Amino acid sequence: MNVFGWGVFKGMVVTFKNFATSYFRKPDEGGIFTVQYPEERGREIENFRNFPFLVYDETPEKLRCVACGICERECPTKCIHIEMETDAAGKPARKPAVFDIDYGLCMNCGMCEEVCPFDSIFMDHAFEVTAPERSEGLIRHKKELSKSNGYFQKIRPALASAVDQKRKAAEEKKRATVPPPATQEPK
Amino acid sequence: METSQALKNTDAAQILEINFGPQHPSTHGVFRMTVQLEGEKICGLKPVFGYLHRNHEQIAENLPYAAIMAYTDRLDYVNALANNFGYAITIEKLAGLEVPERAEYVRVIMAELARVVNHITVIGFMLNDLGAFFTPLLYAFRERERILDLFEEITGSRLMNNFFRFGGVKRDLTGANLAAIQKIVSKFPAFLKEFEDLLTKNEILCMRCQNIGILSAETATNAGLTGPVLRASGVNYDIRKVDSYSIYDRFDFKIPLGKKGDVYDRYYVRILEIRESLKILDQALAKIPQGEIMNKKALPFLKMPRNFKPPVGEAYGRVESPKGELGFYVVSDGTPQPWRYHVRAPSLINLTILEEMCLGQKIADAIVTLGSIDIVLGETDR
Repeated sequence: MNVFGWGVFKGMVVTFKNFATSYFRKPDEGGIFTVQYPEERGREIENFRNFPFLVYDETPEKLRCVACGICERECPTKCIHIEMETDAAGKPARKPAVFDIDYGLCMNCGMCEEVCPFDSIFMDHAFEVTAPERSEGLIRHKKELSKSNGYFQKIRPALASAVDQKRKAAEEKKRATVPPPATQEPK
Repeated sequence: METSQALKNTDAAQILEINFGPQHPSTHGVFRMTVQLEGEKICGLKPVFGYLHRNHEQIAENLPYAAIMAYTDRLDYVNALANNFGYAITIEKLAGLEVPERAEYVRVIMAELARVVNHITVIGFMLNDLGAFFTPLLYAFRERERILDLFEEITGSRLMNNFFRFGGVKRDLTGANLAAIQKIVSKFPAFLKEFEDLLTKNEILCMRCQNIGILSAETATNAGLTGPVLRASGVNYDIRKVDSYSIYDRFDFKIPLGKKGDVYDRYYVRILEIRESLKILDQALAKIPQGEIMNKKALPFLKMPRNFKPPVGEAYGRVESPKGELGFYVVSDGTPQPWRYHVRAPSLINLTILEEMCLGQKIADAIVTLGSIDIVLGETDR
């Protein structure tokens, strides 16, 4: 057809078809796919990564993190700040006393998660991190960053179970190779 | 330039100089052009860039090699995977790393999906500039969203993928991922047909785009243009064919060429390129082998990026990004950080020819011409 205006007409047919079919088609097939956030929520994708968090095993005191500082060193934007805890004698306690992440700098690249040798830092799913004040909540401290292994299992089941299995195997191997020191008989 | 100078001297009073941008919605970000107008006709145009300069190269020179990967995402943020690809093959060249078979296929699949995303996005935005307000763009975004959801599933992020590693990729494609990609690839031609019904023969679009912003093959070659803008002028130059980096020599695909080099050709070349990308995707999905996704030699550097020290030397790696030739030039002095790191950004070089395309045309056409070059300011200004 070479009638002038035929192309415009054909385009109109396309837009009309899209308009009409959007009412009865499924969201995946070209229907209305608006999600009424916050009442409704979209599908959660397991691999989605947002700001990092720290995993603890049973209680918040039992952080997996040993304050080795590898993530601090490898972070491209240098948004992590760690200080190791020392006991009364001044000996390092292999635990972070301070663990801060600057949310203003973090770019969610996932480098910390990748380099961590102790499976302690992972990327979170929490994207609702806003605060009413402009400078509020920009720096997150250890307390807010620590989240339980249960939470980790909930947001990323596949990865969390793989990590748990790996840790369990490592622990068993350690127990098998190094026998526990003989307990001394109480005198 | 000469034309504008001559006009300025003779009837200077007739010429109006206005600034487009840096915060004009049609300038695709913070880009400014100084336009000299005689009535509605353009007699001079100067692109001014640098508003989004973030010191990318200098930052990279102070970072370990692996950490730069996350920054390359921020160059051309519409298709971060092509940037990852370019940087990864440069460093592999520098360090002499091999990439396993399966990883090469995963790379090609991801890069071609990114090309599809980029091309439908740019067509949508170009039509927005034209005045086809948001209908084509929304149809394009509807399809783009499916691919981006897939990217999120595979790489962890919709736009800032950070997916490639030296000697492989970060994560393997599962069977479910491959099935999802296959579904998108098989459904895409139907969408393209609908998109073309809406646009390709539309008389208004033809009138606004044909014979606008013409660029001859000679000027385009002399200015060093690459990508769809060059191919729309009829020059057969595609790094995928010329260099056949990665495994592109194994796929059967054509390079679509334009005839006149006007805005319409640039639009149509992109549509055809999407079709060719789908062809590559089909072949890659059929042929993808089982196997490793990371080179064994590169595995320790995933945990200890700072130990990665390429031998002293230099390398230039280039890929066909959807915008043109994206090149990375890296000089190593044997330390964990590059001594020199340079990006050859296709958007920046394609943008320099804007005046030649716009001279003598109406001001409304300059906006479409700018849209048809497909610039991303993150890459232009770095």
